[in-house]
Amino acid sequence: MSRIEISQLSVSFGRNQVLKNISLSIPDRQIICIIGPSGCGKTTLLKSLNRLLDLNEDVSVTGDVRVDGLSIYENRVDVTALRKKVGFLPQRPYPLPMSIYDNVAFGPRIHGLDGSNALTQTQGGRGAEKGKVSRKDKDRVVEHYLTLAGLWDEVKDRLHEPAAKLSIGQQQRLALARVLSIEPEVILADEATSALDPISARLVENQFRLLKKDYTIILVTHILRQARRLGDYIVFLYMGDLIEHKPAAEFFGEPEDEKTKAYVNGDIS
Amino acid sequence: MNRRKLEENIFKALMAVSLGLVFLALAGIVLIVLVKGLSSLSWSMIFETPKGGYYLGGEGGIANAIVGSLYLVAGATLLALMVSLPVALALQKEYLGKKFADVTRLMLDILWGTPSIVYGAFGFVIMVWLGLRASLLGGIIVLTLLMIPIMTRAMDEAVRLVPFELKEMAYAMGTTRYETTLAVVLRQAFPGICTGIILAIGRGIGDAASILFTAGYTDEIPRSLFDPVASLPLAVFFQSGTPVPEVQARAYTAALILLFIVLVINIVARLLGWRFSKNIVR
Repeated sequence: MSRIEISQLSVSFGRNQVLKNISLSIPDRQIICIIGPSGCGKTTLLKSLNRLLDLNEDVSVTGDVRVDGLSIYENRVDVTALRKKVGFLPQRPYPLPMSIYDNVAFGPRIHGLDGSNALTQTQGGRGAEKGKVSRKDKDRVVEHYLTLAGLWDEVKDRLHEPAAKLSIGQQQRLALARVLSIEPEVILADEATSALDPISARLVENQFRLLKKDYTIILVTHILRQARRLGDYIVFLYMGDLIEHKPAAEFFGEPEDEKTKAYVNGDIS
Repeated sequence: MNRRKLEENIFKALMAVSLGLVFLALAGIVLIVLVKGLSSLSWSMIFETPKGGYYLGGEGGIANAIVGSLYLVAGATLLALMVSLPVALALQKEYLGKKFADVTRLMLDILWGTPSIVYGAFGFVIMVWLGLRASLLGGIIVLTLLMIPIMTRAMDEAVRLVPFELKEMAYAMGTTRYETTLAVVLRQAFPGICTGIILAIGRGIGDAASILFTAGYTDEIPRSLFDPVASLPLAVFFQSGTPVPEVQARAYTAALILLFIVLVINIVARLLGWRFSKNIVR
């Protein structure tokens, strides 16, 4: 089953067409890597999937993106609900200007999540009472998502310190915890490791591997080796065109298009 | 020495001179006010209202002007804040759109540059029309109008400095505009918002021309919004215009007290901004 179905998607900023007629169905519960040279529209494609493009000025989108069968560019679509379902992890992990704890508690609060999902996972069935979130449950929810993001052990003794004090690698995992806390089904990650040192990057990659059994992860990367390491399915963009997309083994084993071959061989970057 | 190094040194020297001038100006003002005003500073100056013959060198103080200025500026700051903060937040492009926001900014800048005597005259016309006489209320209204453009634009600049990526981050979590503004923008811009308030207070508390016709002057401490009210800038103005040397010295004392109040407000606001800025993302 495929959650995200892109058909004939074109995106322009002013007169500059960034994506040209992209059609693609994205497989469920895998790591999908979008690769391609700088400026080929990877991030734009990613941001088109939860309407983050709306925040840009004079952007025009044609074509259709369906998430669970729903056309997300229709006017009546509830964008907040869409973005809750399709979470986003940015390239540079800006923490929200609050404590570490509040960074994770914020999402569940605004979406009115009682954390029963998180609590059932950690405590074998005992969820919070509907509509009532006690302080203790909130603490458990925060702990759960920080653990899931692989950050809990490093921050458990300083949860109420400003998140801005964390190292950038920790901030990225905090961003991951924050995304997970809104209980999304899809995670969009925009070069989520590119600002990190190799060790932090490895930590984040490992979390992705653990998470893919429950989430669809769409990862933009310009690091070919990362796509090889992580990707189950590869999407190759070049200058706004979708060149080739298929499961990773096939993609790297027997690329069809000349451009793909050149890119995979490192002739163009 | 080659040409580029010479340029470098010339500009360094220019900067040092400019900085020195700024320091000298500040030091000069403080020094003169201290030297000329300190001799007349006394408890009765601060806690007493003018007694008979005060303006000829008699007993009394300028408690009427101190309390009056505080009343005026407190009222005006509160009212201006109620307008400025929402406007500054609404100037974000998510709310008003860039074009409308830029036109609004231009208008605010023109208002900022408008001489305060024009505000005074404008306020006076309004008051005549409303049938109000010179009063605390009139003064507060005109000071509010004077302070709004300054406060709004300073806050607007602080709000605009919030990184787009930070807001995007919040929106990506499915927040509404309102939630993003309250939870992220307001926190991140808080020190800048405090600075905006200080700037406006500084301009408001020191302004004489706008309240000349609208607040009036009195030796009493006002007991209602409709009583006329004295103020420190006007205390400086009236007393320095008398021929009696003792009263002229008291003008400097009033200036000294005014300077002190501005200093205290500045420090308090900075401390407040600093206290609530620990979570800010840099």
